[in-house]
Amino acid sequence: MSVFGDVPLAPPVAVFKLSADFREDGHPQKVNLGVGAYRTDDCQPWVLPVVKKVERLIVEDAGLNHEYLPILGLPEFRSASSKVALGDGSAAIKDGRVGGVQALGGTGALRIGAEFLRRWYNGVNNTATPVYVSAPTWENHNSVFADAGFKDIRPYHYWDAAKRGLDLAGLLDDLEKAPEHSVFVLHACAHNPTGTDPTREEWKQISEIMKRRSLFVFFDSAYQGFASGDLDKDAWAIRYFVSEGFELFIAQSFSKNFGLYNERVGYLTVVARDSENLSRTLSQMEKIVRTTWSNPPSQGARIVSKTLNCPELFAEWKSNVKTMADRVLLMRDQLKAKLQALGTPGTWDHITQQIGMFSFTGLNPKQVEYMIAEKHVYLMASGRINMCGLTTSNIDYIAQSIHDAVTKVPQCRS
Amino acid sequence: RSHEELSSSIRSTGSSPSLVSYYSWWGGVQMGPPDPILGVTEAFKRDTNPKKMNLGVGAYRDDHGKPFVLSCVRKAEELITAKHMDKEYLPIGGLGDFSKCCAQLALGADSEVLKSSRNITVQTISGTGSLRIGANFLARFHGGPRDVYLPKPSWGNHTPIFRDAGMQLKAYRYYDPSTCGFDFKGALDDISKIPEQSVIMLHACAHNPTGVDPKPEQWKEISDLVKKRNLLVFFDMAYQGFASGDIDRDAWAVRYFIEQGHNILLSQSFAKNMGLYGERVGGFTVVCNDTEEAKRVESQLKILIRPIYSNPPMNGARIAATILNTPDLRSLWLEEVHFMANRIIKMREQLVAGLKKEGSSHNWQHVIDQIGMFCFTGLKPEQVERLTKEFSVYMTKDGRISMAGVTSANVGYLAHGIHAVTK
Repeated sequence: MSVFGDVPLAPPVAVFKLSADFREDGHPQKVNLGVGAYRTDDCQPWVLPVVKKVERLIVEDAGLNHEYLPILGLPEFRSASSKVALGDGSAAIKDGRVGGVQALGGTGALRIGAEFLRRWYNGVNNTATPVYVSAPTWENHNSVFADAGFKDIRPYHYWDAAKRGLDLAGLLDDLEKAPEHSVFVLHACAHNPTGTDPTREEWKQISEIMKRRSLFVFFDSAYQGFASGDLDKDAWAIRYFVSEGFELFIAQSFSKNFGLYNERVGYLTVVARDSENLSRTLSQMEKIVRTTWSNPPSQGARIVSKTLNCPELFAEWKSNVKTMADRVLLMRDQLKAKLQALGTPGTWDHITQQIGMFSFTGLNPKQVEYMIAEKHVYLMASGRINMCGLTTSNIDYIAQSIHDAVTKVPQCRS
Repeated sequence: RSHEELSSSIRSTGSSPSLVSYYSWWGGVQMGPPDPILGVTEAFKRDTNPKKMNLGVGAYRDDHGKPFVLSCVRKAEELITAKHMDKEYLPIGGLGDFSKCCAQLALGADSEVLKSSRNITVQTISGTGSLRIGANFLARFHGGPRDVYLPKPSWGNHTPIFRDAGMQLKAYRYYDPSTCGFDFKGALDDISKIPEQSVIMLHACAHNPTGVDPKPEQWKEISDLVKKRNLLVFFDMAYQGFASGDIDRDAWAVRYFIEQGHNILLSQSFAKNMGLYGERVGGFTVVCNDTEEAKRVESQLKILIRPIYSNPPMNGARIAATILNTPDLRSLWLEEVHFMANRIIKMREQLVAGLKKEGSSHNWQHVIDQIGMFCFTGLKPEQVERLTKEFSVYMTKDGRISMAGVTSANVGYLAHGIHAVTK
């Protein structure tokens, strides 16, 4: 008899299973359009030149050691992260009502925020507060809030499959109908998985309703800089909401824009009404951190902090980020052009209208199966592709594969 | 004003930014108390007394009171830098090379468990992260009682970790304040009454905060009793190598229990023994009946981990794996661990000698008998307060001092202070 005799085998996390299957595939033309990590035109991971430089500085600095960071993280990292999100001239920062928690990636930031909200928002330990996530959304959002204790996690309308764009009417309607004080998880830019973002006018409409109906704003910002190539442009929505007076959370990830995936560098920015509310909030977040990981890892935070706090390195970083964003934009242009040249049925404007790492191609599950089984092109069942997986060498093959999938495998009737 | 009053007032008057500014979502959030352990360092930093001593956190210091970066760590870092590796996500369970050598270090290279692949070991965010994953796993899958039995006293963070994971805490007698030693009889007595299938937490070596460890013969009796009571054993091993200076000796209890048939849970930390504190390197192991069960448990651990931090940080695990898997570095590491443990032992001896010299009439033998980084001095809270206020010696209220903060330069001052508040 074992105490674990009844533990069921859990299904693997889909996106990692996809990569595992890809690795096992021996086909010479196989392509992985699954996991969201940047690739160069040679389909290689890319350690940013500025990161290499800063890592050398760190290793060579005999004055540095491996002591514990404070519970809330490296101070220079924390202030720099808030600034990157809210802008150098942020009035909220000047007012001393912005703080935050260094966390393990964007995931960790979301989790600390979610745990805090479950304990202290809308009452004490109110697990019934509805949490709204976009339909579709990054699949881990559901688990983060559920494991933090929330019992009522709901979708809000977002992706309109028919028009391959934002279902604004549905979204606004959900905001109007949501119970007051509901939490809404908003993607700051480069929506994952659809790549479809509200326009500035649409963000204003969203903001108006959220303010009027006392809904809580929780931004997930995993792609700042990566979406348009411009940090400020990608942070427009966040900064707009802050200027509109919202108290809000922003879960920031430095995985993509710094290419620091495995060092787990993230930050939860907290914007509060005033410094007094902020300090009580942070004191409770400390308690949450202490029983989760005690204090965060130092390596990644040091790299980001050194880079953001040094003008030359900061400039070099922005240029590295633009390199990545530009390559993605180029692949979008080329993929659309090739599909149009092939005469692939359907419209393909969404490829270039969508923004960031991902594209929601519109391929249905049967077509996706075909892509994987027949073409050895690996993508998520949702039809999501990682644009970074496209290169000048494989883009023709991919375009042709999509063409074949669309023409040979019928559209499903829902 | 409450949210409800203000919300309805805004609704009736129409949306108004100026009204919105009066209240905050967080108006009802209480100020959290400072962390009892880490709070000590905060207070220490604020003190301006040049003679101040920080004997709070268990972080090793060299004989000049400075943080110590192990040579094997620096060498490993150089090797790693030269390899120009990428920064791609690790698997949810962490760096495979690391998990393997982490398990080997604890269980021994010739462990039957490893040979049969009936363990699952995942990389975790140091010891805390490991304990939390274990606690979450128990909360979700343990069919037995919700109670986790901790030794009295235990590391302060154990209780909130298990509580936040949804478990409940109980205690078994452990420390005998009259002897400053192990209350063996009390422990056996309490353990014999623990309801079957409950979880019992054991400190593998260098008990925190007391420094009091059971002797091998006592461990054997504990193992027998725990088996008889059908309890699930959770070992916390944060100081392997650091206690006696010998990694195999420090892992003896863990290995003995496994040999005796306990399928244990095990948390490991590399914060102290490799000085990798801020890199957050740790491991969590579940010893299962067989590979098939290990696979099922592994799949569930991943489901637990993914919504906390997705996958663990690379840097520290890479350093640890490089050290453990490179023969030269491994030998160097063993020497350095031995050296750190020996310095602690020497400080214990010098503290007792110093107290004798001050003319203390108390029996301070326990300072030498206790093992590992911490010493449970036996000081009462009022005496601790005086030691802090009058001598700027910072320690936790329970009378625990971190011997790592003691140096040949300040051990005399410490003896003087302790004598002053206890004579």
